[in-house]
Amino acid sequence: DTSLAEVNSFSPSMPISPSSMINQYKFEDESELRDLLITVDDPESHITAIETFITYRVVTKTSRGEFDSSEYEVRRRYQDFLWLKNRLEEAHPTLIIPPLPEKFIMKGMVERFSDEFIETRRKALHKFLNRIADHPTLTFNEDFKIFLTAQAWELSSHKKQGPGLLSRMGQTVRAVASSVRGGVKNRPEMFTEMNSYMETFSQKINVLDKIAHRIYKEEREYFNEMKEYGPIHTLWSASEEDIAESLKGVASCIDKCCKATEKRMAGVSENLLPILHEYVLYSEILMGVLKRRDQIQGELDSRVDALASKKTEKDLFSEEIGKLEDKVECANNALKADWDRWKQNMQCDMRSTFTNMAENNLRYYEE
Amino acid sequence: VLSFRAIEPQSEGQCAPVDSLWRRYSEFELLRNYLSVTYPHIVVPPLPEKRADFVWHKLSADNMDPDFVERRRIGLENFLLRVASHPVLCQDKIFYSFLTQEGGWKEMVNETGFQLKADSRLKALNATFRVKNPDKRFTELKHYSDELQSVISHLLRVRARVADRLYGVYKVHGNYGRVFSEWSAIEKEMGDGLQSAGHHMDVYAASIDDILEEEEHYADQLKEYLFYAEALRAVCRKHELMQYDLEMAAQDLTSKKQQCEELATGTVRTFSLKGMTSKLFGQENPEQREAKIKVLEEQIQEGEEQLKSKNLEGRDFVKSAWADIERFKEQKNHDLKEALISYAVMQISMCKKGIQVWTNAKECFSKM
Repeated sequence: DTSLAEVNSFSPSMPISPSSMINQYKFEDESELRDLLITVDDPESHITAIETFITYRVVTKTSRGEFDSSEYEVRRRYQDFLWLKNRLEEAHPTLIIPPLPEKFIMKGMVERFSDEFIETRRKALHKFLNRIADHPTLTFNEDFKIFLTAQAWELSSHKKQGPGLLSRMGQTVRAVASSVRGGVKNRPEMFTEMNSYMETFSQKINVLDKIAHRIYKEEREYFNEMKEYGPIHTLWSASEEDIAESLKGVASCIDKCCKATEKRMAGVSENLLPILHEYVLYSEILMGVLKRRDQIQGELDSRVDALASKKTEKDLFSEEIGKLEDKVECANNALKADWDRWKQNMQCDMRSTFTNMAENNLRYYEE
Repeated sequence: VLSFRAIEPQSEGQCAPVDSLWRRYSEFELLRNYLSVTYPHIVVPPLPEKRADFVWHKLSADNMDPDFVERRRIGLENFLLRVASHPVLCQDKIFYSFLTQEGGWKEMVNETGFQLKADSRLKALNATFRVKNPDKRFTELKHYSDELQSVISHLLRVRARVADRLYGVYKVHGNYGRVFSEWSAIEKEMGDGLQSAGHHMDVYAASIDDILEEEEHYADQLKEYLFYAEALRAVCRKHELMQYDLEMAAQDLTSKKQQCEELATGTVRTFSLKGMTSKLFGQENPEQREAKIKVLEEQIQEGEEQLKSKNLEGRDFVKSAWADIERFKEQKNHDLKEALISYAVMQISMCKKGIQVWTNAKECFSKM
């Protein structure tokens, strides 16, 4: 339902639900304040000699001066999203880059190109871009702009210009090396707290994700049995006279319960499951960000340690140390600010998602 | 070994002293067998199941399970109430002494010799296949009881599966309670909301136990009528047996009359072994023939009397059986309607509980 998707590009952290329809109007007014609106829709299958892949339409509407036009429409494939994410991570190592949907889904019987899989992915990609658009820093990233506006061939050539695969590998090797050396011993208290918080949060969110899936499964099995339950009463009514109407009444009520159960299940799969999954991915991302911060600190610490043993060359290195100290301070500040922002968003998301879940169940029982 | 206490306040038409004594399930079975044989035209109330059937996973199939024993007790009490409120059965002396006489009751029942009156299963089966003109109403009733049995047992099976799944849905929500509580420990602002919402999830998960316990009583009500179907079929079987007996007796009489005629006129119209042997070994002399005719005439007379009484018996049976069947039909319609209503009421109550819990949970979530 693309109309609903467009409306929700105004407020990417609001799950799609009838109750938030009331809030629609409020956000439509606020849209005047938003200067970047993005939608991801219309998946299309492309078949070439080598491969089959899906592209998604990305529509951007903007009032920002730095954009040449006010409307853009491009087609992107998953690889392109992945490229964007990597670029953002490189440019902002201690910012919290929103999660991308996974490349493959191992568990479950969802096939790679099933409609369900594509739709789930589309929604997640839509969320991904909107979360970036909402981010005070990332929204002005140059690669992001190119992603939204460039034609396919333009994007290809731009991709080739970036630091090559080899240099990226080099960065990774250095990062791993420095992480081995430390960054942990001089870690400010605040980041140790963040680490221990994330460990517990990650655990809990994973369990919640499992519980939600389990509930969905049990509801589905319940629905399957209920489907058989109603018709038996109708069958029985055929042998009866006096109580035939009562039996038929019970049968129709059971069928209504079935429909209500279907709606309840839809509520779970459309709202609860995607959000919990997104935060499972977020918890991995956050652990990664904390590690990268540690690495940056590690670089500084190892240079300082190296310097301590070479007192004579202090002057030569002081500029380098100064630069590294700045780097660490920037990284820490960036992370701290982004962390606060992330926590606020998380709280808001959780509140609305679980409230929505309660409303879903209320509706079910009322029906 | 389980024993039950029969406490009978008053049975219809009798001033029974309030008494209590202990009875085993096997004695209930004996009582019912006695009643079935002694009153074959009555739809005798059924006993509750001996073994737990149509169970869903939470209920154990263990006969010693206290919940099962309790439900069986209620079922046996119900059986006695049904018998006591039946216009014919309540007057039975064996039934009365079941309720009042402690010792020697079993011997008393066996002394009635009712087992001898019982029709063999084989005889009954034979009659079912071979009977030519059963009363149409009984044939229809037999079909009805087959359908009733099949549909109720199907319903009970599916209900058990539905109950199982519903149990699963509720119980998994209980996991939320635990995780919310653990998560709230690391949150500052969200902590309280999460914690209290978790408590409501626990309440929700726990509520299913009472809900399904109540539903078990509904299932028991349906089960009673599942077993009643068998009682209906028993009456139909008895009719078929009597009808078959009648048909056989009439057939026998006809063939004897024919034999008699043949001997008297000397003509052999039908093939018979006697005819053959007399042809081979020579005809009998007139005296022998006279003797034979006399024997046959006696038998024919006996046969005609028997046929008359069997006819009467049959008509009486049909009349009184059908009266009880009408009574049963009314009882069944009333009881099943009540049961369906109570089932609906249960469902509404379950939904109301759900609304309450989720309203509370929603409030907690919105305060997060």
